[in-house]
Amino acid sequence: MDVALATAWLRAVAESVDADADELTKLDSAIGDGDHGVNLRRGFTAVAALLDGTAFTSVGDVFVRAGGTLISKVGGASGPLYGSAFRAVGKALPPGPAVTPADLVTALRAGLDAVSALGGAVPGDKTIVDAYRPAVMAFGEAVAGGAALPEAAAGAARAAGDGARATVSLTARKGRASYLGERSAGHQDPGATSTWLIFQALADVTAP
Amino acid sequence: MKKFINDPNDVVAEALAGLAAAHPELRVDHTEQYVARADAPRSGKVALVSGGGSGHEPLHGGFVGPGMLDAACPGEVFTSPVPDQILAATKAVDGGAGVVHVVKNYTGDVMNFRMAAELAADEGITVETVLVDDDVAVEDSTWTAGRRGTGATLLVEKIAGALAEEGGKLGEVAAIGREVNAASASFAYALTAVTTPAAGRPGFDLPDDEIEAGVGIHGEPGRRREKLRPAGELVRSALDAILEAKPVESGDRVIVLVNGLGGTPLIELYLVYGEVATVLAARGIEISRRLVGNYVTSLDMAGLSITVTRVTGEMVRLFDAPVRTPGLRWGA
Repeated sequence: MDVALATAWLRAVAESVDADADELTKLDSAIGDGDHGVNLRRGFTAVAALLDGTAFTSVGDVFVRAGGTLISKVGGASGPLYGSAFRAVGKALPPGPAVTPADLVTALRAGLDAVSALGGAVPGDKTIVDAYRPAVMAFGEAVAGGAALPEAAAGAARAAGDGARATVSLTARKGRASYLGERSAGHQDPGATSTWLIFQALADVTAP
Repeated sequence: MKKFINDPNDVVAEALAGLAAAHPELRVDHTEQYVARADAPRSGKVALVSGGGSGHEPLHGGFVGPGMLDAACPGEVFTSPVPDQILAATKAVDGGAGVVHVVKNYTGDVMNFRMAAELAADEGITVETVLVDDDVAVEDSTWTAGRRGTGATLLVEKIAGALAEEGGKLGEVAAIGREVNAASASFAYALTAVTTPAAGRPGFDLPDDEIEAGVGIHGEPGRRREKLRPAGELVRSALDAILEAKPVESGDRVIVLVNGLGGTPLIELYLVYGEVATVLAARGIEISRRLVGNYVTSLDMAGLSITVTRVTGEMVRLFDAPVRTPGLRWGA
């Protein structure tokens, strides 16, 4: 992945979040406070503006700066969580204009660790982690098996989607949905869904 | 959606402009988006900074002023402020004696305030955090994000703010804030769902004869849905939950807050206060002080919360101390 592909990925996330903001908000209204789509749209719009105005020479910098922008613009829980994730991904990458799929495996794991450490969520809590973790695992296994980036990204997106859909039956134990107790079951988690969008965007921009 | 707004995206900024115009005794920083006492920083005084999503007015900006908060950081509607904003407010009001962050226990608020406190520490400012988590409608709180911060936030800000105003040290101000929170329990009902300007439609559908019990202040649904019952019955259920979570004995003294969530007329809040007073009197509990009104709101939601705080003589003395803010003002 080079700087151009990294920025293309984040732009694709911005477009996808914008297009699906109403859907994310609908999911969040059911078990949260209905602002997830609006907040992510504000954040990734700012990320797109950052990309427009900055010439990057390092892939890691792209993600570090994008993460910082999300922390500064989004608020709520999703700002710190996604912001810290992207910052951790960027910091874990070796400096330079291009990184290997193996570098990305390490970096995506660092992002997952950052989310888990900050939010304290474990698999099954009905959070971002329920899509992020299977995506990272699928990505890592594909790369270890010799897959190129497009194939690994497609597998990660599928795993994220499966993980997000599987949150429907879960009872939330972290985040605002946890206040609903068992009433949170039967709804897809908005955070896991936006994580799926992020991995789907990676699959889309790397697709041959 | 019918609201007195121009553009849904501009609501928070335009409301801050109006707050600044109405209250020249406050300093509103429109770039960093915080509200501060005009005379801040006050040298040697412990500063109190709070904040949270907008839509709960007068909380928090309406409680900035002598005797209460030094600064408040309003986020977007129902969205916690960002670390930059909280850091800017913290630096603006730090008088060298340290800063207390009063944080309602929501995942986003906790994360953003924690990040801001770490950044402030890097700049040499000592921050103590007082977490408010009084909402007893949240059960299984060990396994969830924990109880939410609601009505008790007002009492924490008032009582800790008074101690800071009279020269309390950082540790003392934080300690009494935590004591007030620990002694508080709240429970809320909603008659209608809330409509945020950005969403433009109610967060959930509620039939005419049903209510949400154990509702939060962000339009999230409550713990369960019930049939509407007479106010006296609802008050008894709420007080059962409150007094079970935070036992108050006969002979104890309490401060009671009957708080409107934004769309409930005062006539109903007073009716409810009367029911609360009757129940507590029957249990031999003395209501030392009380507040009835709209203090910690949820935009246009029809509903109310009841908060009971078991108090010491010192807490009552600090509650009575002078306060001069847009939302709370006496003795000064």
